[in-house]
Amino acid sequence: MEVNTIQYKHCDLVKVNGRIDSATAPKLAEALGAITDDGRFKIVVNFSGVEFLSSAGLRALIYTQKICKRYNRGEVVLCAMPANIAAAIELAGFNSIFKIFDDPLMAVGSF
Amino acid sequence: MRKTFPGRYESLANIGMFVHGAADQAGFDSFAIYAVELAVDEACTNIIEHAYGGEDRGNIECNCEITSEGLTIILHDHGQPFRPEDIPLPDINAPLEEREAHGLGLYFMRKWMDEIHFDFSGNHGNTLVMFKKLEKKGE
Repeated sequence: MEVNTIQYKHCDLVKVNGRIDSATAPKLAEALGAITDDGRFKIVVNFSGVEFLSSAGLRALIYTQKICKRYNRGEVVLCAMPANIAAAIELAGFNSIFKIFDDPLMAVGSF
Repeated sequence: MRKTFPGRYESLANIGMFVHGAADQAGFDSFAIYAVELAVDEACTNIIEHAYGGEDRGNIECNCEITSEGLTIILHDHGQPFRPEDIPLPDINAPLEEREAHGLGLYFMRKWMDEIHFDFSGNHGNTLVMFKKLEKKGE
């Protein structure tokens, strides 16, 4: 799994490629933690290159969402989700706690 | 098809490829294949985390049986028995502050497989049997 972060003026765009499971989720958590540790709380996660997402990855997302939404200082939004992953996200009830956009431009533009 | 994997998180990708291949061969569509792969990934994560209590404490044996009805996956480990009924189902409607991501793995397994059965009896370790039914076209 690869994680690349681009810092924009209004938000950070995190592009993940590959497989997010218990072996690789810590790397995603670390990348998200680096952003929030830096005092930035508006984050877009681009899923277009993600092949697989287990509950370990969901845990990293929910943890970061709690940090970002604290004091209304920001939030994590998700975008470009492949159909299988979108189905898992919906099954987990994550639709009610994350905004989901079709493409990264719309997601970045939402901030 | 039977294969044994070291009980560590790095094995998950290989286990995923193994069951992906079996589900593909059984004739499932891409979404059902993904569902099987996710259920097995979550089950193996639970084995490493709960049965073995950490990585590199034992192996995970994975057995895939294809029939005309569907795919049966049997996972076997030599760790401690853990009681799945002790893991509460996640509240998927809870507000963010109360959201816990634990229990989601078991939830996925229960939702996306047609049958799951744990067997912790005996001195030969734990066995988890999961079955996914093949939806036949035209039915």
